Amino acid sequence: MDGEELTEQETALYDRQIRVWGADAQRRLSKAHILVCGINGTTAEFCKNIVLAGVGSLTLVDDRVATEEALSANFLIPSDESVYGGKTLTELCRDSLKDFNPMVRVSVEKGDLSNFGGEFYSKFDVVVISCCSLSTKKLINEKCRKLSKRVAFYTVDCRDSCGEIFVDLQLHKYSKQKLEETIECQHNYPSFEESISVPWKALPRKMSKLYFAMRVIERFEDAEQRKPGEVSIADLPGVLKLKNEFCEAQSLKESHIPDALLERLVTDPREFPPVCPIIGGILGQEVIKAISGKGEPLKNFFFFDAMDGKGIIEDLSNNTGS
Amino acid sequence: MATQKHSPAIKGAKVLMVGAGGIGCELLKTLALSGFQDIHIIDMDTIEVSNLNRQFLFRQSHVGQSKAKVARDAVLKFRPHISITPYHANVKDPDFNVDFFKQFNVVLNGLDNLDARRHVNRLCLAADVPLIESGTTGFLGQVTVHVKGITECYECQPKPAPKTYPVCTITSTPSKFVHCIVWAKELLFAKLFGDKSQANDLNVRSSDGASSSEQAEDVFEHSKDEDIEQYGRRIYDHVFGYNIEVALSNEETWKNRNRPKPIYSRDAMPNDVSQQNGNVEKNGATNDPSLVSAMVSLGLKNPQDVWSLMENSRVFLEALKLFFMKRGKEIGNMIFDKDDQLAVEFVTAAANIRATAFGIPLHSLFEAKGIAGNIVHAVATTNAIIAGLIVIETVKVLQNDAKNYRMTYCLEHPTRKMLLMPVEPFEPNKSCYVCSETPLLLEINTNRAKLRDIVEKIVKNKLGMNSPLIMHGAALLYEVGDDLDEAMIKNYAANLDKVLSEFPSPVTSGTMLTIEDLQQELKCNINIKHREEFDEEKEPDGMVLSGWTQATSVVKEDKKSNANVGSTSSASELETDKNNEIETAPGKKRKLSDVSEADTSSVAGDTKSHGKFEVLDDDDDDVVMLNDWGSAANKKLRSQ
Ligand SMILES: [Zn+2]
Repeated sequence: MDGEELTEQETALYDRQIRVWGADAQRRLSKAHILVCGINGTTAEFCKNIVLAGVGSLTLVDDRVATEEALSANFLIPSDESVYGGKTLTELCRDSLKDFNPMVRVSVEKGDLSNFGGEFYSKFDVVVISCCSLSTKKLINEKCRKLSKRVAFYTVDCRDSCGEIFVDLQLHKYSKQKLEETIECQHNYPSFEESISVPWKALPRKMSKLYFAMRVIERFEDAEQRKPGEVSIADLPGVLKLKNEFCEAQSLKESHIPDALLERLVTDPREFPPVCPIIGGILGQEVIKAISGKGEPLKNFFFFDAMDGKGIIEDLSNNTGS
Repeated sequence: MATQKHSPAIKGAKVLMVGAGGIGCELLKTLALSGFQDIHIIDMDTIEVSNLNRQFLFRQSHVGQSKAKVARDAVLKFRPHISITPYHANVKDPDFNVDFFKQFNVVLNGLDNLDARRHVNRLCLAADVPLIESGTTGFLGQVTVHVKGITECYECQPKPAPKTYPVCTITSTPSKFVHCIVWAKELLFAKLFGDKSQANDLNVRSSDGASSSEQAEDVFEHSKDEDIEQYGRRIYDHVFGYNIEVALSNEETWKNRNRPKPIYSRDAMPNDVSQQNGNVEKNGATNDPSLVSAMVSLGLKNPQDVWSLMENSRVFLEALKLFFMKRGKEIGNMIFDKDDQLAVEFVTAAANIRATAFGIPLHSLFEAKGIAGNIVHAVATTNAIIAGLIVIETVKVLQNDAKNYRMTYCLEHPTRKMLLMPVEPFEPNKSCYVCSETPLLLEINTNRAKLRDIVEKIVKNKLGMNSPLIMHGAALLYEVGDDLDEAMIKNYAANLDKVLSEFPSPVTSGTMLTIEDLQQELKCNINIKHREEFDEEKEPDGMVLSGWTQATSVVKEDKKSNANVGSTSSASELETDKNNEIETAPGKKRKLSDVSEADTSSVAGDTKSHGKFEVLDDDDDDVVMLNDWGSAANKKLRSQ
């Protein structure tokens, strides 16, 4: 690193975590700029984690105005309507997050993320998006990949008691400890579009079912021009029909995507609160790994379902070369 | 799994949280968001600066205040209509008795020490309240469910003994930096600044037996008219020079080892350097003895730097001088404390000088502080994940969904693609002395050991009882309590010093003692077996407790129970995957020390063979290793 030392204040505050990832990683963190688009319980957890970790800055994008429903899994929003009334989710979260760690700059950016140009995204080292459509995910991912600077890209979604994280670090070099030695490694990541284009037939038989279910719902919302999460039990027949079409086109047995799972995901698309800290925690750790270049980051999907309690990594890339 | 389905169970539940630290803050927040309405929380600690990087309910302005109370206030800001009852108290207080525990539907532990965990485990068993236990260190964590009669209790598998080092490794043949730290902290620091009446093995015995240890004792005495600089150099030369020369004279020791090099202050630090040493005036402005620092007077700034031998020598002499000049009153009754800057500086310097003599790599003050204080690595993310998993198990427990109880490991490196790995809980261990009534076996020399030895080494240290009562048949040998009259107290005190075989009804081979803790409502029987000799190094207590064997079981990762409701993680229920069976054999237990020592990365990778790995929580002061280990190391050192 460039030898800039941590201040006494930083050393005292971050003492316990420096013991986990080292002073070098802490310095890198303090220079990292993070963008989070889409505020919900899961991204609120993520924001808390990286603000506590001591990143350089955090920028929030989401123009939605706070409603009572938004409070349900989000502890960053005060419950008093006279406080939250009329304010956007991002403004409210910013005010709470600033308090967590005065050394982190937290700010709000207004606007629609699909309208932001590459220049906007190039200001960040990490971009995390949530609550957005399939086409927006692809679009932002492509914008980030076109930049001359490498930007780490993540999507995160949580429905009912299930969560999904997608990671694109492009070409990522990192070091990891193996016994006494530190070894240098690298991973080559596919884009979101490339990953979800891998034919289902080619995927391992034990692939997490949640992967397929999330693709069906995502496609359903996109086709029906719904906002993310804007589904209900009334949509189940349509979703099941789409599933069958998918399975046929991809030559996948229909039983591979259980109807019961799809039913759960459309019945209550809201986040089950205890799942938020789990997904937000894993995402926080991954972003810290990506920024510090220390430790093997997950490649390239993560799934959690509270129903069976497993937190699983799936690698959806054609190129096995990593 | 969505919230509404659980509403009745969650809303009606009365929950006790023990601990408002790293896991506690996350857990209280997650419980509140999940709809819990009646939460009680016990924590005796106050907030410190080093908590703020993860205990996000606390702010700089709260430093010094009760964790339980501040946590409550912070959570009420986003959930004002729920009831949170804080207790700024020790969970071991007698007020928190079995009746207190009985009022709760479930108890959730976010503790940081073995002692309190065992205590809560026993109260939960006595009150028949389910317990969810958790712990984290660095990126590793675990959540376990303990329901009486259904799953194992927290103590069904013996906890690994705190790590100790053989005495001679510390006094004569250190090979790792930690050995030098133990020497600097437990021997040198204790000798110079601690209780003089405590036995101390600082002086190496030379080959001719008695040697000059009589006169060596005087070396450490500081006479009032002696120049403090002079005194410091005398100590320096004695411990880093003379003592090593003495050790070198034991030729046998060095046959297969590298010979150390004695270091004298005149070589490490020429006189002209020491002239500039110590600008005590830089400390002059502060009247607070706790802020005195050798680094400040020497202009050393970065605690991450590794000092040279000369710098270490200067810090050593400067710190010694500052103790005598600024903190003279404390000398004679100090105990090493990782939050005492000057003590950490002294121990770092002394350990580094010793490391130099033995050819061991030097370490920074930051690193040395971590080793000396057994500071546990802690990050917010792991605590958050663990808190989420605790709430998921809590909901199952409240719904009596026993077939879906899981213990879950949070790993740093994936094992069979999993970062979060659930396994079925173990069944209760039939030979567990805590949750079954199986007697223990104690081998002891009944002609030499006193009742005191059993009380201290077994009843308190091993069985973790606070207020024990010891019976031999109908005869009460010993008891602790507020309501004893003077005659009884006298009688019990006399009993403590009696040799076992000399009691009116002798305690000897074949005797069964009954030990009971009235607060924990725990009773267990110990069969006594006389044994003449014990190995000083391997059996430092001079007695061996056994009969508390580990359960052997096969855990299967379950995939059938959720299949019909759309579980997501496996493609085909019909497939059987042999790899999914995790075999646990005795002796495969993950050790606490393995996990908490530097190389955390290797741990997660091999949980395939795990039974269970004990993980520490993140807190600051009373980590299992700290207290237990410190005193155990001492005892072991003293036993020679
Ligand atoms: Zn037990």
